[in-house]
Amino acid sequence: MNLTGIAFLTALAYLALLFLLALYADRRAAAGRRLVAHPVVYTLSLGVYCTAWTFYGSVGLAAERGVAFLPIYLGPTVVAFLFPLLHLKLLRVSKAYGLTSIADFVAARYGKSGLLGGFVTLVMVAGTTPYVALQLKAVAASLEAMLGDEMARALHGFGADTALLVAILLALFAILFGTRRIDATEHHEGMVFAVAFESLVKLAAFLAVGLFVVYGLVGGFGELHRRVVAAGLEELLGFAATGFTYTDWFGYTLLAALAFIVLPRMFQVAVIENLEIDHLRTASWLFPLYLLAINLFVLPVALVGRLAGRGGDMLMLELPLAADARFFAFLAFIGGLSAATAMVIVATVAVATMISNDLVMPALLRIPRLGLERRPEVPGLVLGIRRTAIVLLMLAGYGVFRLAPPDLPLVRLGLVSFVAVSQVAPALLFGLYWRRANLAGAVAGLGVGMLLWTYTLVVPMAAEAGLLDRSLLEGGPFGWDLLRPQALFGLEGLDPVTHAVLWSLGANVVALLVISLTTEADPLQRVQALFFVDVHYGARSVRPWRGEARVAALQELLARFLGPGRTAAFFRREGRRRGRELLPSDRVDAELVQSAERELARAVGATSARLVVGSVVRGEVPGPESLLELLDETSQAIEYSQRLEQKSRELERLAAELRAANARLRQLDALKDEFIATVSHELRTPLTSIRSFVEILRDHPDLAPAERQRFLAIVAEEVERLGRLVDDVLDLSRLEAGRMEWEVGLHDLREIVETALVRAGGLLRGRGVEVTTDFALARAPLVCDRDRILQVLFNLLSNAAKFAPPAGGRLHLELRSLGAQYLVRIEDNGPGVPPELRDAVFEKFRQGARALHDKPRGSGLGLAVCREILRRFDGRIWCEDSRLGGAAFCFTLPAAETLRRAG
Amino acid sequence: MTARRILIVDDEPNIVLSLEFLMKKAGHVVESVTDGAAALDRLGGPPPDLVILDVMLPGIDGFELLRRMRARPEWRDVRVILLTARGRASEREHGLALGADLYVTKPFSTRELIRRVNALLDGERTR
Repeated sequence: MNLTGIAFLTALAYLALLFLLALYADRRAAAGRRLVAHPVVYTLSLGVYCTAWTFYGSVGLAAERGVAFLPIYLGPTVVAFLFPLLHLKLLRVSKAYGLTSIADFVAARYGKSGLLGGFVTLVMVAGTTPYVALQLKAVAASLEAMLGDEMARALHGFGADTALLVAILLALFAILFGTRRIDATEHHEGMVFAVAFESLVKLAAFLAVGLFVVYGLVGGFGELHRRVVAAGLEELLGFAATGFTYTDWFGYTLLAALAFIVLPRMFQVAVIENLEIDHLRTASWLFPLYLLAINLFVLPVALVGRLAGRGGDMLMLELPLAADARFFAFLAFIGGLSAATAMVIVATVAVATMISNDLVMPALLRIPRLGLERRPEVPGLVLGIRRTAIVLLMLAGYGVFRLAPPDLPLVRLGLVSFVAVSQVAPALLFGLYWRRANLAGAVAGLGVGMLLWTYTLVVPMAAEAGLLDRSLLEGGPFGWDLLRPQALFGLEGLDPVTHAVLWSLGANVVALLVISLTTEADPLQRVQALFFVDVHYGARSVRPWRGEARVAALQELLARFLGPGRTAAFFRREGRRRGRELLPSDRVDAELVQSAERELARAVGATSARLVVGSVVRGEVPGPESLLELLDETSQAIEYSQRLEQKSRELERLAAELRAANARLRQLDALKDEFIATVSHELRTPLTSIRSFVEILRDHPDLAPAERQRFLAIVAEEVERLGRLVDDVLDLSRLEAGRMEWEVGLHDLREIVETALVRAGGLLRGRGVEVTTDFALARAPLVCDRDRILQVLFNLLSNAAKFAPPAGGRLHLELRSLGAQYLVRIEDNGPGVPPELRDAVFEKFRQGARALHDKPRGSGLGLAVCREILRRFDGRIWCEDSRLGGAAFCFTLPAAETLRRAG
Repeated sequence: MTARRILIVDDEPNIVLSLEFLMKKAGHVVESVTDGAAALDRLGGPPPDLVILDVMLPGIDGFELLRRMRARPEWRDVRVILLTARGRASEREHGLALGADLYVTKPFSTRELIRRVNALLDGERTR
């Protein structure tokens, strides 16, 4: 048996082993003992990221440009660290809504849009096909390397095509693995287990071959380094060899990071196939370690190849073969095969699911003539579509492989794929975190991105392959230099891929942002945006249900898509949740319709599920409009309650104001009571004397004349006091009500002061008060009511007289100017007014008078009346210490304008 | 009717004058003070038979004076007539609760006052 035969047999045996493993895992899962429910298995399944590109292409690239292969693994490493944030949300959303693929995810986010779902699917097809081609090319190349040139030629002459054979084999395998059941969210545990196993195989193979090459062929790392230096190849160890600018490093890393998130196979294993969200935590650190391990020998193997004067993508095979180490050659072959098969299987299954759920089924369901939702063969149809899609994808990959120039490096093909799929990332990421992102924006971004991808990457590749005029690259189309595909608008000096990444993703994001901000989303989009961005919101929301439908109708519908077994299980589950069996004649409620739609979505995708349910209960299904109505109602309710709150705050404020006003009123009321009580007291006191003496005079007609005279004088004095009090009360009430009648004229304050002194002269002399004056002004013209100012002065003078000590009373009266004012000062040597009461004495009957005397001699209103009178003429009155030891009452009044101008 | 000692406490000189005249004419021995401080001092001396006490006094009010008076054993049985120019019912209750025998609102009838004074001195308790 020749090498080719052995290689083929080995490959077949390996694939058979994989299939058995997958079958075993599926059986175990069906029996409830899952093999894949382990974080390490989850992490290994993520190893599907490392394909034949890693196995062969990286080494080829490293042989030429050193560590230039690194960014492709740095990007995913960064993303892995972000697992607990980003993928956590992706997982929550996709589990909550039963999403089946990246296209389904994006479409569901933007209003379950069939358009966008189809578009994303096409992008993924465009991005996956070159990638599949890459795998086919790698497997075919590796087979031919094993075979040797001679045999290969013979085989070709025989009419066999290795790559086609491989493609057919892998398609068969993908169909066996990935399309055994219709439910795309039901985990393909067998497939995941096989993929995880393959990750181990390729890692083990890479490490083994790497160790053999370094230690077996060269004699260890030290020796390798020595020889590299001796051969002058040490520049391959530095960054200079990569030919990358910092921008290139950034561009490549970003590209790989985005591709890692949205690549159909990565989304499949990381999100759709995830069994437990918790596994993300382990993967977050373990996956970067896996990447590190598998890349460990890339550069050493490449260096050994260079030392041997070799290069290209097949070093992993060629080096053991050249040393005639068949075992390691086989190991490398198996490793490469496993890397390729894992990618092809997962990618085609994922993309085929998209094609059926987001491209073909929505289209078919929109054709009313087909009446698809009423036909019993739908599950078979869906599976048929997927199987066909897998075969077509494989053939497309083969086509690209055939069309592409034979010397095109594996890495170029991979990067072209990466840039294409990464165009979906903006729609996904903005959709996940930015509620405003809408369908128009997503479609525009994706469209612009794909246009630029085509122009900056596909067109140059086609030109290089001779499919287009090469002059396009150097001079631009129609000689327009600015439009050169690899230096668009003069952006030169960049790696072609970086150039494409910056242009396509940049324009993509800008278009998404601008269009989203300038257009309005329809109701369903807004609802979905809400549910995706706030993933917890959807779980709590209750849809309004206004239509009527029977359980029987829903049962019939589900059975056609899911089969009777799963349908029955679904209704049993729903019945259990409600605590009673659902009868066919029961009316369905909103919750049931929602659950049914979700269950259907697991099989045919969100877009199709909506169409299917809508077709059966048309007009009754809780559409986005009614949902939005509910949201509107909710927001109206919120607004209403906010208004209510505002109202109640206003009311509270008003109540507080009322309380304050009430308190003020009560205070005023208390003051009024106090006032009345005090006035009454003030009236009763003279009245008491009057009545007593009058009765004494009446009851004792035999009184001595002198005594009679004395008593009559007392009565007269008390009557006068009573009169004064009544005058004061009337004055004050008129002053406070503003109803006082004033007789205003030009007068001389000096004259008024002297007149007052004359009037109070009797009183003062009667008390034996010695009066001194100091009038600094000959004349003091002012505008006032003469009688009122006279009243003020008399009041103050008589107060001083009253409080003067029985013997040695003194009074000093002063008049002078104080700026544009006159100052009058009346000082006595009475008991004085304590500082804390100096304001209060001017309040009517307030503490001042009360605390000072309890029974003020005089009305207790006099000073209040004085203050009100002076205030009318812009004057001020206050009380301060007297140089004579008692109180000093001072007031000011403005001088007349004429004097002020003259002075 | 034997002469009794009457203490007048009021700060209105004219009222004191009229009360003194009335009580003397009624045959009593009269003594008067015109402010709270003097009245407090007087508590240290021998108790009279009856006190005519104005409620609103400068310094210390009549209620407080009454309380202190009643706190002294020797003053406990002295008849007390409260005089007030403020006729509130609550004040009246307060005064009687503190141990006043009579609560008289100004202005009062002199004949009535003399009749009540004599009645109190003769042992009648009118509350």
